[in-house]
Amino acid sequence: MELPLGIQVPIPTFEQFIFIQVALVTAVAGLAVVTSRNLFHSALALTLTFFGVAGVYVFLEAEFLAVSQVLVYVGAIAMLIAFAIMLTRSMMYGRTSPLNNQWGKSSLFALLFFMGLLAFARATPWPAASEEVIADEAMIGALGREFVTTYVIAFEVLGLLLLLALVGAVMLARDR
Amino acid sequence: MQITQWSDALSGWLIGLGLPEWAAIFLVYAVGAFVLINYGMLSVLLLIWITRKVISRIQDRIGPNRVGKFGLLQTVADAAKLLSKEDITPREADKIAYNLSPILSVSGVLMLLAVIPFAPGLIGVDLNIAALFVVALGSIGIMAALMAGWGSNNKYALLAGFRVVAQLLSYEIPLVLSILTVVLLTGSMRFGSIIESQSLHLGGFNLGVGWLGIVMPGALLIFFISSLAEAELTPFDLLEAESELIAGFHIEYSGMKFAMFFLAQFLNAWILAAVMVTLFLGGWQGPGVGLPVVGPLLGFGYFMIKVFGVYVLQQWIRGTFPRLRIDQMMYFAWKVLVPLTIGLIVVQAIVQKLPTPVAVHYVLIFIANVGVLAIVASILQKYFREEQMRTKRSFEPTSLIGTMQVNEEGTMY
Amino acid sequence: MLSQYFFILIMSGLAVVLPLTAVIMGYFIGPRRPDEVKNDIYESGVETIGETWVQFRAQYYLIGLVFVVFDVEALFLFPIAVAYQQLEMFAVLATIFFVLLLVIGLLYDWRKGALEWQ
Repeated sequence: MELPLGIQVPIPTFEQFIFIQVALVTAVAGLAVVTSRNLFHSALALTLTFFGVAGVYVFLEAEFLAVSQVLVYVGAIAMLIAFAIMLTRSMMYGRTSPLNNQWGKSSLFALLFFMGLLAFARATPWPAASEEVIADEAMIGALGREFVTTYVIAFEVLGLLLLLALVGAVMLARDR
Repeated sequence: MQITQWSDALSGWLIGLGLPEWAAIFLVYAVGAFVLINYGMLSVLLLIWITRKVISRIQDRIGPNRVGKFGLLQTVADAAKLLSKEDITPREADKIAYNLSPILSVSGVLMLLAVIPFAPGLIGVDLNIAALFVVALGSIGIMAALMAGWGSNNKYALLAGFRVVAQLLSYEIPLVLSILTVVLLTGSMRFGSIIESQSLHLGGFNLGVGWLGIVMPGALLIFFISSLAEAELTPFDLLEAESELIAGFHIEYSGMKFAMFFLAQFLNAWILAAVMVTLFLGGWQGPGVGLPVVGPLLGFGYFMIKVFGVYVLQQWIRGTFPRLRIDQMMYFAWKVLVPLTIGLIVVQAIVQKLPTPVAVHYVLIFIANVGVLAIVASILQKYFREEQMRTKRSFEPTSLIGTMQVNEEGTMY
Repeated sequence: MLSQYFFILIMSGLAVVLPLTAVIMGYFIGPRRPDEVKNDIYESGVETIGETWVQFRAQYYLIGLVFVVFDVEALFLFPIAVAYQQLEMFAVLATIFFVLLLVIGLLYDWRKGALEWQ
């Protein structure tokens, strides 16, 4: 397929076509998060971004990660953000402008960071999927097995972190 | 055989007709999804009729009986009426959130139909993570409630929206944990294999009565209570309270948008019943589902009978139970159901690793579940007794003046 | 596996489109005569005072935080539950320890009255 400026683009397969759609939705929703003047609309766009990221995980055949993304981010984090918006009343009125006097510098940094990521991603020799990934229940079982054998320290530290979150929640949110 | 399998045959046929592969797959899947979704939306007509009939009987009324035979077409008439109603958007409403919310609340529920196993081989997709998929998509409904509350520019809607979110979040934890007990026992999150594990073979003949609910009545009860809360059915419908309050977060909606919330609510109750049947009551399992030709038909029949049975039970509770207050509701979720389910999981985790025959495991798990059942039952009994006393007391006159009646003998009653 | 999720993608598309059609149909079939009173905010007949978006109590945020913790906990337990039948004693103890940590957190919140709705 040839684009107007003489750029050669390979015709995407059907899978790639769907992936491009999902990625576009994710990116556009992400853009809406930072440009929306209404804080609540930002939160809604963020939810859509979370869904898009879950879609990307599905393309990586990581279905457990995808469902976790929806369960935790859409189901819990988005709610927390909405609650937080409600708690900070002053931010809800007067439709805050998404731009402040540092937008130039920050967008430059964002661009540089993106370039760095891109260079890194291109330089890394990604292991090509040599054999077809067998995505069945055994994979999820294997993941659970890894949690409590190879990564058992990290797993227990996570439990400790969750415990601290429970303790911290009480400290933070007590009415005073 | 799954839909994905016979759909492969169908799409193979379409490719043979000269269609590109992606178009054939797309066409076949789209038809399948269209049928499923329309089934869901049309079945709500029946669900609403059942609800109205059951509640009428409880309240000693006849219920709808004019439109169509037994009033079956009453809901169709209601839908047509709602279609002809004005679509009102309140002043200064947040248009995006206000208009998106009813659609999202329905689509979150409709998507769940994709993983419901209706009969052996009749399932949209048999996902490896179906059990989590059901819970995860529930969050779309929560988001929709929040958007409706926020978008309506109404204090009551906003308050109700927030309370609904608090309720749904609180009861999601016991729901997820009671699903976890099933996954722990069966070692699978796939609905297909969870149902397979509930078969009971007797000399090569599948009796289909090895239901997990028999081994785990406690987890079943906790799932049922939490599903009532998730569907916002009566003991937990204090945020809508159609008979006393102003309908909660969808107060400002009219016409078709209101109908969408209604549809989502009834369908959600049905789907939660279907998930409960799948996890605990054997799904399509029943005597004779292993037979070659009649098996799938029998399975479909068993599944529908069980799901509608649970649905009627939900409506029965809706017609008879008093409402809870929000503090009681939160208390029940966090201080009764969550500790009990965690206890069940710990007991089950230990029991399943005991070096005894599997039958002993089942007996021990059953004993633990009966304990949970007894605790929940005693708490509920205590609550309802107190509630009864309170109601009686509030009807007794606090002052005797003007309420006394004296009969001829001079005694008062 | 991707084909399964392709079905879900189509399903989600249709699940949005069909209710949307119903709502749009309702919008065009129904009458449209908006007036000042009809578009007013419904508050049982009383005119609204002040702004709608009032500040909320921290209680909701607290419930949300506790929910996130238990949600993540349950999520991590699911893959372990799938593999549970093949786990060794050490892994089983690790799992139970993980759950008990959360139980301590729940008891702490209980003692501090965070689970009460005032």
